[in-house]
Amino acid sequence: MSSTTKASNVSAEGTGGEAVDRRVFVGAAMGAVGVCYLAAIGYPVYRYLASPVERAEAQAAVTEVTLPEAHKLPRKSALMFKFGPFTALLIHHEDGTWSAFNAKCTHLGCTVKYEPHNNRIFCECHGGIYDARSGANTGGPPPRPLQVYQVKVSETGVVVSKS
Amino acid sequence: MASLYGWLDERLGLEELLEFARHKTVPVHKHTFWYYWGGISLFFFIVQLFTGVLLLVYYRPGPEAYDSVRQITYDINFGWLIRSTHSWAANLMLVAIFVHMFSVFFMKAYRKPREFGWWSGLVLLLMTMLFGFSGYLLPMDELAYFATKIGLEMPEKIPWIGPKIASLLRGGLEVNEFTVQRFFALHVVILPLAFLPLLGFHLWLVQKHGNAVPPSEEAKPVEQRRTMPFFPNFLAKDLAMWLIALNVLAVLAALFPWQLGEQADPTKAPPPGIHPEWYFMSMFYVLELFQGTWGLAVSMGIFTLGLVLWTLIPFYDPDSRNGKRARQATWFGLVVVLILTATTILGYWGVYGKGH
Repeated sequence: MSSTTKASNVSAEGTGGEAVDRRVFVGAAMGAVGVCYLAAIGYPVYRYLASPVERAEAQAAVTEVTLPEAHKLPRKSALMFKFGPFTALLIHHEDGTWSAFNAKCTHLGCTVKYEPHNNRIFCECHGGIYDARSGANTGGPPPRPLQVYQVKVSETGVVVSKS
Repeated sequence: MASLYGWLDERLGLEELLEFARHKTVPVHKHTFWYYWGGISLFFFIVQLFTGVLLLVYYRPGPEAYDSVRQITYDINFGWLIRSTHSWAANLMLVAIFVHMFSVFFMKAYRKPREFGWWSGLVLLLMTMLFGFSGYLLPMDELAYFATKIGLEMPEKIPWIGPKIASLLRGGLEVNEFTVQRFFALHVVILPLAFLPLLGFHLWLVQKHGNAVPPSEEAKPVEQRRTMPFFPNFLAKDLAMWLIALNVLAVLAALFPWQLGEQADPTKAPPPGIHPEWYFMSMFYVLELFQGTWGLAVSMGIFTLGLVLWTLIPFYDPDSRNGKRARQATWFGLVVVLILTATTILGYWGVYGKGH
């Protein structure tokens, strides 16, 4: 403390450019130390809060989900399931073919559903319409088609995978 | 920038605040060091708010309490650090408060017109102990379970209405998941809501009356007393103290991480060497001293009487004339410090040391 008073006295007498420099230096050094402290506190706090996010991201790296028993799904019906952290939709069409999509509406993220009587995928939130086979956005506000997954059907179940 | 300041000042009266800050001074004398301890206590309280809210993000009261604390301690990134910081800061906050209280006592800062500062401070201390007691149960490990079980025996022993009170606090006849849930409500909502306005009152009184000076300074004529501006000089020193406190806390929390014991199991006996936390040790040692039918009543009576005398000291020693009463108050304080220290040490060595 005493050195600062001395420094300010010197600069007040107008003889010290050096004293001002010292003041600037001390200010900058304190600022730098402050930033280090903030970083040392901020980093653990950020990682702490981001823990579940990191876990979900690890889950989201999943590229394949096996749905045992799903091959028994009747035609003209659908099954909602979890693809990693995301909600997904498996459709068994009338002609026996299969489609699977990420069920997140591309408009504002609601969960879409399969409507067998209209043979389309519909979003209740804002009336978005998608084609049940291709996932193409055919009506309403959605800007993009649904994310499409690949489907492989076997005797034991259905394997859904990201392309 | 200047026009923005003007705009705000017109509406909020910033200039008045600055004017107040410019005029606020802190006495400078050989006991100035003790003025920091209220601020240090406040710093630890702020740390508790911050880390407490962070723990709240993952803690689940009720039947899953232990598992959620296990997750925080072992699974969540840096969860061990947040929890450890919360536990250590709780202990350091109590240390700081005790130092603050005894320094206020011996500097006779409870004298007229500062009685309400003394009383609000005592209530804040009791609340801090309640914070400690209620928070201690939340992990629901063995130590937490038994500490609460034993602690709730105190209200249990109050004549006639005791068992009712204890059962209501417990949410049952024994500690169970309902106890955790209501202690949680106490710890994170009820106590903070009561604590914060009282803390505001306590701090406002310091602004209103300014810092007290010890009798040795009172004796000097006014022109011989030295002061320093609060802003920025004392504030800078205050912040330096906070920085030291933060460093001590960081070292303790990181190098001695707070442990999590076995999950509480009501069908198991406590582990050997179990003992109360240090800030309850003195009380429990006195409880052990007086055994038999009336033992509890006698020891609780002693503590209650001590607390009442401690509270009433501003009436006994009200003015700045250093007469007989002032000397007696000092002796009383020394005796209290001696008894508390001795019983705490004896507690660790004696009754509770046998398990080790």
